[in-house]
Amino acid sequence: MSGPLTPSQTVGPFLAIGLPWPDGPWVVDEDAAGAITITGQVLDGAGEPVTDALVETWQAGPDGSFAHPDDPRGGGDAQFRGFGRCPTDAQGRYQIITLRPGPLPDPAGGTQAPHLDVSVFARGLLDRVVTRIYFPDEEAANAADPALASIADPGRRATLVAAVRPGGPPGEFRFDIRLQGGRETVFFDV
Amino acid sequence: MTAPVPAAGGLNLPRYERAEGVHPPLESPQYRSSLLRSPKWPLVPLAQGLTEVTGPLLGAERVTAADADLTGRHAGEPIGERIIVTGRVLDSGGRPIAGTLVEIWQANSAGRYAHRVDDHPAPLDPNFDGVGRCMTDSDGRYRFITIKPGAYPWKNHLNAWRPAHIHFSLFGRAFTQRLVTQMYFPGDPLFAQDPIFNSVPDPAARERLIARFDLAVTQPDWALGYQWDIVLRGPAATVFEPAGEHRGEHR
Repeated sequence: MSGPLTPSQTVGPFLAIGLPWPDGPWVVDEDAAGAITITGQVLDGAGEPVTDALVETWQAGPDGSFAHPDDPRGGGDAQFRGFGRCPTDAQGRYQIITLRPGPLPDPAGGTQAPHLDVSVFARGLLDRVVTRIYFPDEEAANAADPALASIADPGRRATLVAAVRPGGPPGEFRFDIRLQGGRETVFFDV
Repeated sequence: MTAPVPAAGGLNLPRYERAEGVHPPLESPQYRSSLLRSPKWPLVPLAQGLTEVTGPLLGAERVTAADADLTGRHAGEPIGERIIVTGRVLDSGGRPIAGTLVEIWQANSAGRYAHRVDDHPAPLDPNFDGVGRCMTDSDGRYRFITIKPGAYPWKNHLNAWRPAHIHFSLFGRAFTQRLVTQMYFPGDPLFAQDPIFNSVPDPAARERLIARFDLAVTQPDWALGYQWDIVLRGPAATVFEPAGEHRGEHR
């Protein structure tokens, strides 16, 4: 057992009064150079939309840097917030407008494919669940990514890769989060 | 905190302990809402890398001093028992986490949230929205002035009532440290029947969700005081830490 940590409790059904920020979904402005949009639905084990969830994202900048003192490489663009936060709507949808993250060195060697870390909070979740969003047009990088490689089942692995709509605009991605059920999203223990 | 670990990739990263045995199991059948929302697959272990040991260091620019006083933002005073809630945000090594954003939300003194889906037939209070924010100081301390929230009924089971609580959201300084939880009040008779409070399996860990009444925080003729420290994941115990190095103190 760990030290005297404070246990998690659910955000409950009323998180919308306390946690959303007016600018939460906009990690960058929509008209920023290179801006992308990640949209998706949060779904429960019955396939019903989860309309009272909060999705948060955290990621490197486009050059793979973090403006954070624990990034030993230094650097990082302090103007890039890196953090997105969006409550789900009446259809269970969220949207994050951001920049594509760069690849990262893996502490065990090798390279991590571009990804966003995601926390999902909701009524019914007694602790957050954590997943990652990868990009569908990074096939070579994804194939070499240590976290993806740790998931043996290709169907499970695929739940971590965002989709593009055929013929859709290049900067628009879809990433649904299935908390439970047949195509349950892979969730990580960090 | 979080002494560097030399790694094959040439990165010296902090490493955070795992919170084993502390948090509630995601599937807790007594809490009905967890049944369709908890993953069935086991969580996949993820080695902590750059994305996990960093995190948003934000908030100072989005918080004003008035945000910590939930009683002072409206035309009149809210109804209820005025309280001061204060404590420190620490890591499990006991080091303060300075300059981190703390967000709270709560019901009013009648047990009603200022939220459109709360249909509890108790009055709204035009002088209370139940939302607060502050940044911890250099000692990791936060402090809110608010009113004591009321208990309220919910539909989990017949005659289910939530004990009075305040929701807390914490960032710490790394993605691994992110925590959302609830603070309870001492001696609440509703603990025994509450599946959310009791979802924490370890009784000692459960007790850590309960604030302590503190006469030293209490202000004469004005407000009762409660102390509640929040402990986030700290450095992994096996990591060697050089003497005198306390990386947790910088921001």
